[in-house]
Amino acid sequence: MDEKRRFRNPDLARRIAEKISKLAPREKPVKICHVCGTHEWTITHFGIRNLLPQTVEVIAGPGCPVCIVPASEIDEAVKIAEKGITVTCFGDMLRVPGSTMSLLDAKANGADVRVVYSAGDAVKMAEKSPDREFVFFAIGFETTAPSTAVEILGNLPRNLSFLVSHRVIPPAMKLLAEMRDLNLNGFIAPGHVSTVIGLVPYEVFPQDYGLPTVVAGFEPLDVLFGVYAILKQIHEGRPRLENEYSRVVRREGNVKAQKLMKQVFSMADGKWRGLGTIASSKLALREEYAVYDAHTRHGVCIAEGVDSHSGCMCHLIIIGKSKPNECPLFLKACRPEKPVGACMVGIEGTCRIWAKTINRQSHVL
Amino acid sequence: MCLAIPGKIVKINDSHAQVDFGEGVLREVNITLVETRVGDYVLVHAGYAIQVLDEKEALETLNLWNEILRSETENG
Ligand code: SF4
Repeated sequence: MDEKRRFRNPDLARRIAEKISKLAPREKPVKICHVCGTHEWTITHFGIRNLLPQTVEVIAGPGCPVCIVPASEIDEAVKIAEKGITVTCFGDMLRVPGSTMSLLDAKANGADVRVVYSAGDAVKMAEKSPDREFVFFAIGFETTAPSTAVEILGNLPRNLSFLVSHRVIPPAMKLLAEMRDLNLNGFIAPGHVSTVIGLVPYEVFPQDYGLPTVVAGFEPLDVLFGVYAILKQIHEGRPRLENEYSRVVRREGNVKAQKLMKQVFSMADGKWRGLGTIASSKLALREEYAVYDAHTRHGVCIAEGVDSHSGCMCHLIIIGKSKPNECPLFLKACRPEKPVGACMVGIEGTCRIWAKTINRQSHVL
Repeated sequence: MCLAIPGKIVKINDSHAQVDFGEGVLREVNITLVETRVGDYVLVHAGYAIQVLDEKEALETLNLWNEILRSETENG
């Protein structure tokens, strides 16, 4: 199963780009939003924007899971680490700025902060050192949240608790759909989130907002055919939900993953960096699992934090209102090796993806 | 973070499997979230298989794309 060869065929890419050009509106531009950092990587890395006509714009929404974690929740992780507790987290969470410091800063000050590849690794680590207290900083969208649920429902060591910062994507898409000044004309829905949640949660976008919505995969042809499908729907005046990524996304999604998530988490209002509070967008531990809640176990609860740092435009980048090269700090004071804002830290952050690609002839297609 | 990579199940041991990501890269993956067997391709995210790839659907998608590109009569 050679995904790369089959779904990156440059000849097919050029031909679908021609079809897109023919379908593109002559005057009134069309704005399509994706909400996944991996889509932004594909689009930037393969130079897909260069293949699109001027009247078709693809913007990046809040699809970088580490970028949207608000400073207050990072401050909580830092505070826990400063209490002498071992904080485990995914690698690209380390440098995301909190109000005054990141977890990496806390580590430099002597705190025990460790990178793990999965929630299961955090469990193993805690099992190996039963005399230490461990916290797993659980971030990520619906793609990641089921793995936290699996571990919480498993045999957990007593010395591990969870700082749950998981968010769900559809409420953020709704917020974007309702932003009048963003003027969206369609959504490319996130393929991997969709493997878990299925298609139903997106039905509202064509039905209530008249926005063509296409679930797409992450190879260049997936994205190009996604754009084509949206333009075709606009052209026909018939917005609907299409699944272009049927090789992994089923209509019902991953039912087992959904069931485990429901068992462990309830929905709560949650803050998103750059977006403010979004109703029912955060997963919180249910009462039955409160013993694993790091907030209560370690007495930490921070409501407010400083999300944006002087001059940083992440709040506009995260919703696709601005592009990284419109930020005066981009590749000057803010670079991948010395990031100012969250969008330059996360490997799926729009600023980081643009910075890593801008000087390379990576336009493979 | 939402990056998920396909790999082939080579051995299953209860809730975990050895998954071949190509070029000799073998990793242990938690398969609690999927129904799978040896030989399947699964999509792996942060150490957990989140879905089984459907080869038939992959071929159908490619066929559909070729059809779209061939259709001269449609508008676009
Ligand atoms: S380039 Fe840096 S400072 Fe500017 S918006 Fe992006 S992360 Fe913020």
